[in-house]
Amino acid sequence: MSALRFYGSELRLVVLRRRNLLLLAVTAVFPLIIGIALRLAAPHPQGGNGAGVAFFNQLAGNGVFLTFIALSTLLVLILPVVVAVVAGDSIAGEAGYGTLRYLLAVPAGRTRLLAVKYGVIVTFGLCATFIVSAVALIAGAALFPVGPVTLLSGATISLPAGLLRLLFVTLYVAAAMAALGAIGLAISTLTEHAIGAIAAVVIFVVTSEVVDNVPQLAAVGPYLPTHWWLSFDSLLRVPVDTSTLLRGLLSFAVYALLFGSFAWARFTSADVTS
Amino acid sequence: MTAITTSGLTKRFRGGQLAVDHIDLEVPHGSVYGFLGPNGSGKTTTIRMLLGLAFPTSGSATLLDVPMPGGATRVLHRVGSLVEGPAFYPFLAGRDNLARYDAADATADPATSRARIDEALDRVGLLAAAKKRYRNYSLGMKQRLAIAAGLLRPRELIILDEPTNGLDPQGTREVRALIRQIAADGTTVFVSSHLLAEVEQICTHVGVMRTGRLVFSGSLPELRRTGAARVTVQTAEPEAAAKVLAGLGLADVQAAVASADAHAEASAALGDASPEQVCAELVQAGIGVRGFAVTSPSLEDLFVGLTGEGFDVSA
Repeated sequence: MSALRFYGSELRLVVLRRRNLLLLAVTAVFPLIIGIALRLAAPHPQGGNGAGVAFFNQLAGNGVFLTFIALSTLLVLILPVVVAVVAGDSIAGEAGYGTLRYLLAVPAGRTRLLAVKYGVIVTFGLCATFIVSAVALIAGAALFPVGPVTLLSGATISLPAGLLRLLFVTLYVAAAMAALGAIGLAISTLTEHAIGAIAAVVIFVVTSEVVDNVPQLAAVGPYLPTHWWLSFDSLLRVPVDTSTLLRGLLSFAVYALLFGSFAWARFTSADVTS
Repeated sequence: MTAITTSGLTKRFRGGQLAVDHIDLEVPHGSVYGFLGPNGSGKTTTIRMLLGLAFPTSGSATLLDVPMPGGATRVLHRVGSLVEGPAFYPFLAGRDNLARYDAADATADPATSRARIDEALDRVGLLAAAKKRYRNYSLGMKQRLAIAAGLLRPRELIILDEPTNGLDPQGTREVRALIRQIAADGTTVFVSSHLLAEVEQICTHVGVMRTGRLVFSGSLPELRRTGAARVTVQTAEPEAAAKVLAGLGLADVQAAVASADAHAEASAALGDASPEQVCAELVQAGIGVRGFAVTSPSLEDLFVGLTGEGFDVSA
């Protein structure tokens, strides 16, 4: 009960903070811009080499695909940055303001504070992801025809079934962002400088993505934190490629657990000197 | 029951510096305890350990008889604190900042939150500025808001680390009045300061820190007694007077001839002798006594004697 009150108070602070509202607004604008751009330029039959290439041909026939295009485009940098800002700021920001010592003297409890902070990060990532999906869905419906969804494997499913798949895709991306949030939380316990923590999380993501794209390093690819982020296209096939999905979710869970434990070990044993 | 005890409490920083060196504190329940020492003598580090913010290298501490840092979540809601200056979100109003700390308290009743926040703000005179952003507060208002955060609930102990730091004389007086008020309610107050004058008027007990060690701990009268009283005789015959004082067995006898800005006088440490007897002996010996005084060193002198002068703080 009391943890819920604390969580609600912290969530309100994070969501209503002007900087974070701006981030959510930017996140909402992107699917709109992508949708309009794609509407103006008729989709190329051969497509390009982008991450969302598989979806582009489908878009002309169905606006629902704008959601998958938007998610896969924003997953490269925008969504990770949004999560990095909130996660990197979570503990380091409090230390920087000096409010950390007062929260602990309240007493908020170190483990409890960390859990509440992580809950807020996950919620914020979930919000950002759903905003992308929702805006893309509305823009897609406004700009393109909408109807039964033809999947990547060629089979066609009804619109409600397609929307259900979209829900799962969004949740999968939110899970990826939750894992990234744990990484950000861990980094945030290491410093009093929120900006430093945020930058470190973004560099972490970009490094992982770059390494994942080097063919000579393909062996380490599956173990990288960003490797499975775009695997949600497995949900857009019949039958669903569950083994890939499960490996992705396992990767997220392992990263969340690993970095969550690190954050806990560090935060419950370190002197607060700020 | 004691409000604070420490036993051999020690903190060695990772660089090897011994910030707090085996201190044994005992703060009686209901006292106003002045924790004195120059900057860098280990006061704040001690307070951080008491509040469970920093972990001791060795030794132990208890707050209200609960061991720290292990009992932090069990006892800290009975303790209000101000550590190393106020800290709040600058973009939130004073009231919202207090509401945030109250929401973090697992044992605080959300139903009474608003009333308790208003009461705390009222006590420090900030009710009118409750909706103002913290960023726009003056230094004194910031300090008072931090004290208000410590008063969000009835507390048995208030720990204030340099509560008057950076305040003008008026602000200092306000804070002092506030501390008196808190103490009058029966709350134990533990207040650190590098200025003796600041706490002398309000404290019942003092502890004096020097380079990480507790060099004195006790009541103010006890501290006064550590200073040796001297007897001083103003007279035209200082040498003769000094002889009489020495004859009485007094130690550290000095005689000074008259100068432009001082009368001729003889002085000695009073020790166990009674001033009445000294005076009578002088008169009996035919010394013309112009003035006779027994002086004790001021608390300030004793404090400086304990902590060292000026920059005499070893790193």
